Amino acid sequence: MSAPSGGNDPRLDRREAMRLLLADRGELLLVTGLGSTTWDAAASGDNARNFYLWGAMGAAAMIGLGLAIARPDRRVLVVTGDGEMLMGLGALATIGLQCPPNLAIAVFDNGHYGETGMQASHTEATTSLCGVARACGIGAVFDIADMAALGDFARHARTAERTLFARVAIVADEPPRVLPPRDGVFLKDRFRRATGAE
Amino acid sequence: MTEDASAAPEHTLPEDTTPDWRDEIFAVLKAANIRQIGYVPDAGHARLIELSRADPAIRAVPLTSEEEGIGLAAGAWLGGQRAALLMQSSGVGNCINMLGLSKSCRFPLVMLVTMRGEWGEFNPWQVPMGSKTQAALELMDVLVYRVERPGDAAETVAAALDISFNGGPAAAVLLSQRLIGAKRWVK
Repeated sequence: MSAPSGGNDPRLDRREAMRLLLADRGELLLVTGLGSTTWDAAASGDNARNFYLWGAMGAAAMIGLGLAIARPDRRVLVVTGDGEMLMGLGALATIGLQCPPNLAIAVFDNGHYGETGMQASHTEATTSLCGVARACGIGAVFDIADMAALGDFARHARTAERTLFARVAIVADEPPRVLPPRDGVFLKDRFRRATGAE
Repeated sequence: MTEDASAAPEHTLPEDTTPDWRDEIFAVLKAANIRQIGYVPDAGHARLIELSRADPAIRAVPLTSEEEGIGLAAGAWLGGQRAALLMQSSGVGNCINMLGLSKSCRFPLVMLVTMRGEWGEFNPWQVPMGSKTQAALELMDVLVYRVERPGDAAETVAAALDISFNGGPAAAVLLSQRLIGAKRWVK
């Protein structure tokens, strides 16, 4: 069972966190990483403006960068997991150099590889994702462990004129899987049509 | 080095006005409306990188590793822009798993690859990946075109752009080491 959010619990429920990030999303464009964040987004309701990764581990933040550069008129939110971010850590250096003003990255950090048997990830022991993001030149970095702070981040992600990075402490649990469509061509074409790119 | 004008030969050759093949490739990228160029620096791409960075209509994005470029290009396409990637043959090896993204979603993708590990290579460590670059790309169903002569460069890149951005698979243009000129290693 997932732990309740709020109160003194230092970690958030991932599904509640995703729902809060996507509440009243408007034109917000979402990219999710391979694994649990894709299920979390689907659990919040499938949307043509979601691009879910079912593979390409490590690519979520870079897809967000290419999209943010291409669509300066829209806000882009990447939500991925600690394992997925660790696999593409170099992307933070690349993004730190570009810093598009319409990109926000939120890493749901449970310190574990949830899809493969809950093995510990580097963030559980030694790696600070916020530290990496800061060191890569991303100026607006948030270490979030309560819903109020996450709500502030969600608001910034819709208005701030700078690249944002958040590490969101979440409970290491496995809520029931909710699977979005998995046909990549369908997801890509649907996204482009819904956003006027095609 | 300065040169005494009086020492110039009596009969000078007319100035060579043949456009540089690198400049011709850039003109083809511009004509195809490429708006993002992801790259990992390579000596053979130095001119294209310089031109990309100087062009206000192009966002030149230095990458820490080549596979980042596959994600960048996918994101660009989701947003309605076209991207191209510049890398060295060794970087192709870094891209293999990510090429699954292009294939699964049928994202257009054009990679311009400067070759190492072939003609005139001085560094044996470049040979293992360089000699398998084409095979590795083809294993991932990337179309591969090779350029050996300067006059073929622009039209080959144009062909790769055409096929990939018209719904085709990912395409790579291998710019051979003979074309680029073997890297000189002065010690």
